[in-house]
Amino acid sequence: MSLSGRSVIAGIGHTAFGKLPGRDTLSLNVEACREALNDAGIDKSLVDAVFVKVPTSAHQFMYGQKVAEALGIAPRIGGAWDQGGAANITLLSFAVMAIEAGQCDVALVCYADNPRSGNRAVYARPRGDDALYGWFSTAAGYAMIHRRHVIEYGTPPEAFGAVALASRRHGAGNPWAQLRKPLTMDEYLASPWVVDPLRRDDCALVSDGGAALVVMSARRARELGVAQPVPVLGFGHGQTSFELPQRASLTRTEAARAAATAFAMAGVRPQDVDVAQLYDCFTVTVLMTLEDYGFCRKGEAPAFVADGAIEHGGRLPVNTSGGLLSETGMPGLQLVMEGVRQMRGTARLQVPGAKLCAVSNQGGTMHTHSTLLLGN
Amino acid sequence: MDLPKPEITELARPYWDALQQGHLVFQRCGCGQAWLPARPECPACLRPGAPWERASGRGTLLSWVVYHTAYHPAFADRLPYHVALVQLEEGPRLLTRILDGPARLTGDAPVELQVSHEGEVALATFRLAAAAA
Repeated sequence: MSLSGRSVIAGIGHTAFGKLPGRDTLSLNVEACREALNDAGIDKSLVDAVFVKVPTSAHQFMYGQKVAEALGIAPRIGGAWDQGGAANITLLSFAVMAIEAGQCDVALVCYADNPRSGNRAVYARPRGDDALYGWFSTAAGYAMIHRRHVIEYGTPPEAFGAVALASRRHGAGNPWAQLRKPLTMDEYLASPWVVDPLRRDDCALVSDGGAALVVMSARRARELGVAQPVPVLGFGHGQTSFELPQRASLTRTEAARAAATAFAMAGVRPQDVDVAQLYDCFTVTVLMTLEDYGFCRKGEAPAFVADGAIEHGGRLPVNTSGGLLSETGMPGLQLVMEGVRQMRGTARLQVPGAKLCAVSNQGGTMHTHSTLLLGN
Repeated sequence: MDLPKPEITELARPYWDALQQGHLVFQRCGCGQAWLPARPECPACLRPGAPWERASGRGTLLSWVVYHTAYHPAFADRLPYHVALVQLEEGPRLLTRILDGPARLTGDAPVELQVSHEGEVALATFRLAAAAA
C-alpha cells in the first residue's frame, strides 16, 4: 500500500532569520513549534511525537529529549537525528511512517541553530590528515565538485550565476529574508573568490533561526478541522556516505536515487512538477539536483537555467522564497515551508495553479540527500 | 604559526614511513579493493589487515580548488594556495598539492609523485607529468 497522500503537513512555523544573539537553540525550537501549532490550529496536548534535527554547529547529548522537555511534551516516539541538511525531510518521512504504523498521532518536526551569533567552527573544521595540505571548510568540498562539473561538462560561470540570481531575486521582496539584495550577472561574476571556483555569491548564508512542521494523517487533519493541510505525495532518500575524495564520481549525487524513490511513490514524473525548492547551499548543488532529478539530462543544466527559466514566471521556478542563498542559510526547512505555501496558494511569489512541488534537502558534502513531493 | 601535524597512528605508520623513504603506499585487500587513507577493515569485503603496496606514483588530476580564505591561521600567509584531488593509476584517490602551482592545471592532466618535506613531515605531492619529463 502506498503512503502517498495519506499524511499531511498541517502547520508550519518559524522564527526570524539572521542574527539572533542571546537565543539558544532550544528557545528557537520552542518558538518555531509554537508558531507551527498555531498555524495548524491545534493544541500542544495532541502532539505525541517530536522529531528533531541536531543543531549543526552545536551537537548536544540527548538533544531530542531536551527539545521535548522545553516543549513540555512527553513523546511516544522521537529523538534527534544527524544527517546534515537532508535530515529535515528524513524526519518528516519518519513521522509519516510512524503515524502510518500506529506509533504516534501528531508529530512535530523541528530544527534550530545559531551559528551566526554562536560558533561556526564546524563549517571550517579540518578534515583529518588532509589538513596538512590546508584542506579546510565545507565550501572547499563543494568547490572541488563545482570544478569537476566544469571539467566534465564545460559548465560556464553564468550557469552557476543563474542559480544565485534566481534565489536573490526571489528573496529580495521576502520580508523574512536575511539578504534582500537582488544580484545582477555582472555583480555575480565580479563577486570575490572564497575558494576558487566558488565566489562569495555561490555560498549559502550563515544564519540563526528555527523552523517546525506539524505532521498528521489526512484523516486526522479532517477530524481536527485543519484549515490548509498539504498532502505528502512522495519522499525518498539516498546516501553515499563516502568522503568526497573516495567517491567514484563527483558529478553524480544521491539526488538521483532519492528522487526516483519519491517520484515512484507519488506516481508522477519530473515533467509534472510545477515549482521546486532545491537545496542551494552552493549553486552547483542546484545544477546537479536539476540533472539528477531528471528535469534535464546530465550536463544540460546550463541550458536549463538560462534566460530566467528557474525564476518566477519561468518554466520551473526554483527557490521562490530565496533559499539558502537569500532567505536564510538554515539547512532545509525553509524550503519545505515554501513548498507548503506554494501548495496552499499563499506564497508571496505564487506559481499560478501549481499542483506539484518538489523539495530537496542535502547534507554534508553531498553525502546525504532526501526528496519530498508535495501536492494540493 | 606551525602547520597542522599528521596524527600518525599505528595503522597509518607504514604510510608516513614510506613517504620518509620517498615512496607512496596504499592498502590493497586480497579481494582486490584498493584505498587510501588507512582503514582497519576493507570497505568491500570487511576483512581486516590489508597489506600496504607501493604506488607507481603516476596519477590523474581530477579537480582542484584555490583558497582565497584562510580557515586555519597557519595558511594565512600562503594565500592563495591550492588543494588538488588526484586519482592514482592503481585506483585510490587522495587530496594533495601540485607543485607546479594552480595556474597551469587542467582537468585530467597526468601527474607524477614528488614527495615534499614540511619540517619533519614528508608529504605526498605531485608534479604535472609533462613538467617532470
